[in-house]
Amino acid sequence: MIASYFHPALILIIGGLILPLLHAKWRSILALLLPVAALAAIWSVTDGSHWAISFLNHELGPFHVDKLSRLFITVFSITAFAGVLYCVKQASSRELSAALVYAGSAIGVTLAGDLITLFVFWEIMALASTLVVWSARTDDSWNAGMRYIILHLLGGVILMGGIAAYVHETGSIAFTTMQLESLSTWLILIGFLINAGAPPLSAWIADAYPESSFSGMVFLSAFTTKTAVYVLLRGYPGTELLIYIGLFMIFYGIVYALLENDVRRILAYSIVNQIGFMLCGIGIGTELALNGAAAQAFTHIIYKALLLMSAGSVLYMTGKRKCADLGGLFRTMPVTCICGIIGALAISAFPWTSGFVSKSMLTQAAADQQLQMVWLLLMSASAGAFVYVGIKFPWFVFFQKDSGLRPEEPPINMRAAMVLTAVLCILIGIAPGLLYQMLPYTVDYVPYTADHVLQQLHLLLFAGLAFFIMLPWIRNMLTSTIDFDWFYRKALFAIWQVVIRVSVRLYDLLNEQSQRSTALIYRKSIRFYGLHGLFSRQMQTGTVALLAVLFLAAYLLFYMIHL
Amino acid sequence: MKNQHWLYQTETRRKLWIAAIVILALTVVAEIFIHMHAYFSIADFFGFNVIYGFLSGVVLIVIARVFSVLLKRKGDYYDR
Repeated sequence: MIASYFHPALILIIGGLILPLLHAKWRSILALLLPVAALAAIWSVTDGSHWAISFLNHELGPFHVDKLSRLFITVFSITAFAGVLYCVKQASSRELSAALVYAGSAIGVTLAGDLITLFVFWEIMALASTLVVWSARTDDSWNAGMRYIILHLLGGVILMGGIAAYVHETGSIAFTTMQLESLSTWLILIGFLINAGAPPLSAWIADAYPESSFSGMVFLSAFTTKTAVYVLLRGYPGTELLIYIGLFMIFYGIVYALLENDVRRILAYSIVNQIGFMLCGIGIGTELALNGAAAQAFTHIIYKALLLMSAGSVLYMTGKRKCADLGGLFRTMPVTCICGIIGALAISAFPWTSGFVSKSMLTQAAADQQLQMVWLLLMSASAGAFVYVGIKFPWFVFFQKDSGLRPEEPPINMRAAMVLTAVLCILIGIAPGLLYQMLPYTVDYVPYTADHVLQQLHLLLFAGLAFFIMLPWIRNMLTSTIDFDWFYRKALFAIWQVVIRVSVRLYDLLNEQSQRSTALIYRKSIRFYGLHGLFSRQMQTGTVALLAVLFLAAYLLFYMIHL
Repeated sequence: MKNQHWLYQTETRRKLWIAAIVILALTVVAEIFIHMHAYFSIADFFGFNVIYGFLSGVVLIVIARVFSVLLKRKGDYYDR
């Protein structure tokens, strides 16, 4: 079959590398075509493993297609297209190129049937995403990108160690479901979780992503964390630990996003929150829960891209990204505002949006398994999501007070990308069958029942009431907060400074001591061997002869006594 | 401020609050007519979701407030 010659990841990676060589006009066209080509490629191949390459006595399967991988590649390609459309005229060719290679490497991980291929694309993804962060070309983005890549290379090393041990233990490189029964599978899990933004290393998302360019963050939010969700879905379904990690991430994200003043950091923390929902589903592990996690990943990528495009448009037009500086933009940016509201409703799982049809599956799965505590926490987090981002984002950016800013709407291509993703959010919300038929397991779930819709409306609307009643509190909390990155940005730095200070002091002390003893030795030697020292006095020849005679006489005398 | 948008006028704000409260009340009334399926006995009473949604919002904001006291730093904290 001819279609199996076209590997979607290589289309994007090779195309992305060619991009900077082209003339600007062709560059735009090719950049837009590449994601479409990848989408066409994945939908024209059948399920199964298409390529087989021998490598070091192992059989690599870099083109392994099934429903789950097709689902993820579909949403990766759609988002890559929307992202390119959003910035095709505005972003540097270097950012476009890095973003497409980045999207391609994420697709490469998704298609990997074996752990070696997975690892190779995993590392390309780390490098390409760092280049996207650096494309902002500011000092902050440079430093944040450095911290970002160090963390991801660390994760890569852990993953590599796990894979090597796993292959040694089992003799197989196939990427299948794994059990947490040996060090190797633990290491692989840790490697995956670092990319998912799991604790204690959740802070890299809110540290690095917001420092990328207005468009870079759209790409960044889509691929790294969701690829991690994909490999966890494939490798660790039903691992109970993931429920607790997920719950932690959910509430961590909410609390930090509530405290945050920077709009893009609010959205970064909400990525952690949303990944938490997906990990919960993977941990529950029933067919409904796994479907829910996959569906949530699909819808989340789209509405988070939409939210970031909306926030990015505001940043692009005003140069501002703090809640306190914004407000009242609905007057001059109606399209950006309405699209932002649609994204905010979708992330809050408001009925008739995409988030509702996916997140409901996760809460339903918890209820079906009679996990009462998990269910209560997920429900409370759904209400919380409406507060921390569903209302907070549009309210502070577009309404609130009149900030006096009167920015125009962003350029036409940016608006088109927002409208496209907003339409998708609504379309999936009102026709969930479109999404459900792509899910890995057969869906036997109806999201739209009268009581379920009413339940969700109650949760959200009354949480919204709490927001507006407590608005002064929320406004007062807007600030910078310290997160785990404090440990490597402040604590480690402080420890390092202490080490430096102690060693300098130690050196000074030693130096002083050694100078003092050198001086002592010097003085003594001057005294004995110096100009008029005991051992260096000059004597007359006669005196010396006299001394020699005296010594000889003494010698003779002693000799005779001895006899 | 001159040229104040109608949305920012005090009178509009009052009307919006009234409209919001009417909508909220209507959704509560709707629960009389719609049977809510409860999966857990703890959630099996009239208005559970109303109370739970509101309390979740309040509690999370209070928790965030407590955390803000512990974690609050100036915006340029890392640049100093």
